[in-house]
Amino acid sequence: MLFLMQDGITNGAIYALLGLALVLVFAVTRVILIPQGEFVTYGALTYASLASGQFPGTARLAVAMGVVAFGLDIFAGRKALHGRLVARAVLVNLVLPGAIYALTSWFSVRQGGIAINIVLSLLIVAVIGLFLYRVAFQPIAHTSVLVLLIASVGCHLAMQGFGLVFFGAEGQRGPPISNEAFTLGALRFTGQSIAVYAVTIAFIVALWLFFDFTLTGKALRATAVNRLGARLVGIRTTLAGQIAFLMAALIGALSGILIVPITTLYYDTGFLIGLKGFIAAIIGGLVSYPLTAIAALVVGIVEAFSSFYASDYKEVIVFFLILPVLVLRSLSVPAVEEEKD
Amino acid sequence: MAMPRRLPILLFALLMAAVPFIPGVPPFWIVLLDNIGLSALVAMGLVLLTGVGGLTSFGQAAFCGFGAYTTAVLTTTYGLSPWLTLPLSLLVAGCAAVVLGLVTVRLSGHYLPLGTIAWGIGLFYLFSKLEFLGRNDGISAIPPLSIGSLRMLDPGTIYFAIWIAVLLSALLTLNLLDSRTGRAIRALRRGHIAAEAFGVHTPRAKLLVFIYAAVLAGLSGWLYAHFVRAANPTPFGAEAGIEYLFIAVVGGAGYVWGGVLGAAIVVILKEILQSYLPLIFGGQGQLETIVFGILLVALLQLAPTGVWPWLIARLPQRADRKRPDMSLTLPARTRAVSTAAVLLQIDNARKQFGGVIAVNDVSFDVQAREIVALIGPNGAGKSTTFNLVTGVLTASGGRISVLGRSIDNAPPQEIVKLGISRTFQHVKLVPDMTVLENVALGAHQRGHSGALASMLRLDRADEAKLLAEAARQIERVGLGEQINQLAGSLSLGQQRIVEIARALCVDPILLLLDEPAAGLRHMEKQQLAALLRQLRDGGMSVLLVEHDMGFVMDLADRIVVLDFGTKIAEGTPAAIKVNPEVIKAYLGAVA
Repeated sequence: MLFLMQDGITNGAIYALLGLALVLVFAVTRVILIPQGEFVTYGALTYASLASGQFPGTARLAVAMGVVAFGLDIFAGRKALHGRLVARAVLVNLVLPGAIYALTSWFSVRQGGIAINIVLSLLIVAVIGLFLYRVAFQPIAHTSVLVLLIASVGCHLAMQGFGLVFFGAEGQRGPPISNEAFTLGALRFTGQSIAVYAVTIAFIVALWLFFDFTLTGKALRATAVNRLGARLVGIRTTLAGQIAFLMAALIGALSGILIVPITTLYYDTGFLIGLKGFIAAIIGGLVSYPLTAIAALVVGIVEAFSSFYASDYKEVIVFFLILPVLVLRSLSVPAVEEEKD
Repeated sequence: MAMPRRLPILLFALLMAAVPFIPGVPPFWIVLLDNIGLSALVAMGLVLLTGVGGLTSFGQAAFCGFGAYTTAVLTTTYGLSPWLTLPLSLLVAGCAAVVLGLVTVRLSGHYLPLGTIAWGIGLFYLFSKLEFLGRNDGISAIPPLSIGSLRMLDPGTIYFAIWIAVLLSALLTLNLLDSRTGRAIRALRRGHIAAEAFGVHTPRAKLLVFIYAAVLAGLSGWLYAHFVRAANPTPFGAEAGIEYLFIAVVGGAGYVWGGVLGAAIVVILKEILQSYLPLIFGGQGQLETIVFGILLVALLQLAPTGVWPWLIARLPQRADRKRPDMSLTLPARTRAVSTAAVLLQIDNARKQFGGVIAVNDVSFDVQAREIVALIGPNGAGKSTTFNLVTGVLTASGGRISVLGRSIDNAPPQEIVKLGISRTFQHVKLVPDMTVLENVALGAHQRGHSGALASMLRLDRADEAKLLAEAARQIERVGLGEQINQLAGSLSLGQQRIVEIARALCVDPILLLLDEPAAGLRHMEKQQLAALLRQLRDGGMSVLLVEHDMGFVMDLADRIVVLDFGTKIAEGTPAAIKVNPEVIKAYLGAVA
């Protein structure tokens, strides 16, 4: 029992991280981020490749996306090209991924140690997240949630395909962050699971502080409510979107790195993990961070128990878990008029 | 009227019927066309559900699964004829839609698409775990469709079954959209308040499209099962559900033929990518999904509304539609027999939003044949009072009665039956419906044809009367010239007048107008005032909220003044003009 509970909480913590990222992106950009799962696999498999001394293809993808983003930036600003704009475009879109690429190829030959591998993986995936927003979503940022959602699915398909090209169909595992372990009563805690808990809690607190107590955080939230209004008061909505995607990619990659020592990850595992984060995010109503975190723990625990008692129906149970919650939600929320187009 | 609009469909049908007989058509093309038809059926349901009704669903593939598995089990295990299982497949898909619909359709905004992803995936796993559905291997050796001795074994014969289903479904769907029920469905996307104010039961309408879309998906699943003669979970999973939505959005989510076009684009594109990409880039796997994903994102950036409307905009415009036959009349609404002179009595009505008292024990009445104006500064509670009377909001206290009978917080659909109709401060028309269609929505509760009758065109007599009534009211408010224009293309002032025509279609005894003169030019205001006087002299009462004092003072028989939710004055225009309380509320305290 306790063991199942512990297993559930470890998985739940990962789902919580992903749920948080989804809430973050949705709150700022109205994009329902299906490729969140790809950030997980990219992070995990990049880390695993680096650890085994291979050069990860994701670094190449980052450079390629940077070039496209550069083209879009220059094209969008063609009417009023001035030095600062070009300099920023060059710096962010070309120099940054280029530098990361150089570092990666430097360290992939000489084993740089776990810490360096983690930092590199995070950097690569974060930059991919940033460019993903620039290339795929920024041009259609004003359209309906539905169009954004479809674009999001398109990104998921493309990124999953790239995942197969980069990492192959074989599953991979990465080295653990810490080999420490201790026993407390009947439970055995590994350093890895402690790291999962610590990172999750740190992120929840950090996001909460960021969004409720900093000006940038509030500006990001304002963007979600009303883009035009936010722009009128001087918030740079495109920057807000880029920051949100960058953070989501970072969180996704981090969760990937945290779990790849525990479970074998395949190029397409991310989708399912991401969806479970989704369930947590939906239960949290796509707005509340603490609720999402709690819901994610519940999802993890239910999954652990159902995989033990009714392993065949594990996924069925997890995905139908959402229905009673949705019903409760829609009954408790009074009907509000929405103007959609 | 019908022929010119049907002609392109007929030509398309003939073309599709001819394709297999063209010598030299590779059999492989026929297979592609079969697949296009199967996808088009599902996409058509999504067009109605998502594009027209505004309900996004990722779960349609699961309904295909219900259709396919039903026939698979019944034909293999129980040996039923496929034709017998057709109604059963549709029934199972429909019943599943009722259950899931009751749960999901109530969800608002983005909960709905996310909810559908969740049960879509849940059902996929269920299909792949259930013993009697053959788990992951599914069910094979499903018998082919057959008529007499003709067994539809090869893609070339089942082709006809598939495309007859597509064309029939398209025709039925078009009929449905062009009807009383169709207008109600098309009004859903713009929010439910306007639709409910004219008697549409929005939850019922939403459930209806949900079931309709599921039945179409079930039909596709049934055909699919007899086409590939096997059923396994893969084609009914989340990815497939996502792809169907793609198809609808790429083709043009608001258009029935957009579904067919989208299916053609996506199926052919995938085929080309699958067969040619490996030749160019070598055999690296999944390259087609990469290109497919990128192309979709690019396509959305170029044409966010889909390809079909983009295409239609480049074709020569079709001739204007014929005007409705104005000699037809709708029977008048049955009126409650009453001798009461007081039409609307508001007694200490109260509305609290948390700590804010929006309407604070307001009392006033509206007599028969009277124009009453409700004025007051912004935030005085005028629109809230309207919403209390029309049932959009429930009162926290007090009593509102119509012709002496308390309305007891009845829903808007019941209020409109009492003969109270309204316009909105923020115009709530459906911009992509014509003026005629928008106004005809006002007569919704005076018609009676249901969805089935509309699909089979049994509603034409009823429909002609509704449209005639709508046209009459449009003439009455002076917009006869614009009758076939899209409501969204009119000026804001004209849209307000369209709302009045829509409200008149109810055949009301009391008209509630929320800022009808805003955005009108001077001449138009005078015409509006003349119209309202004429309505009053014809026996109707009007309660209006308005900020244009010149307009109000000229027109109203009586004025009620609200300030911060409280009534501060009531009387004739002359008395109100000199009332010190009113002057203070509008201009601040006199020094």
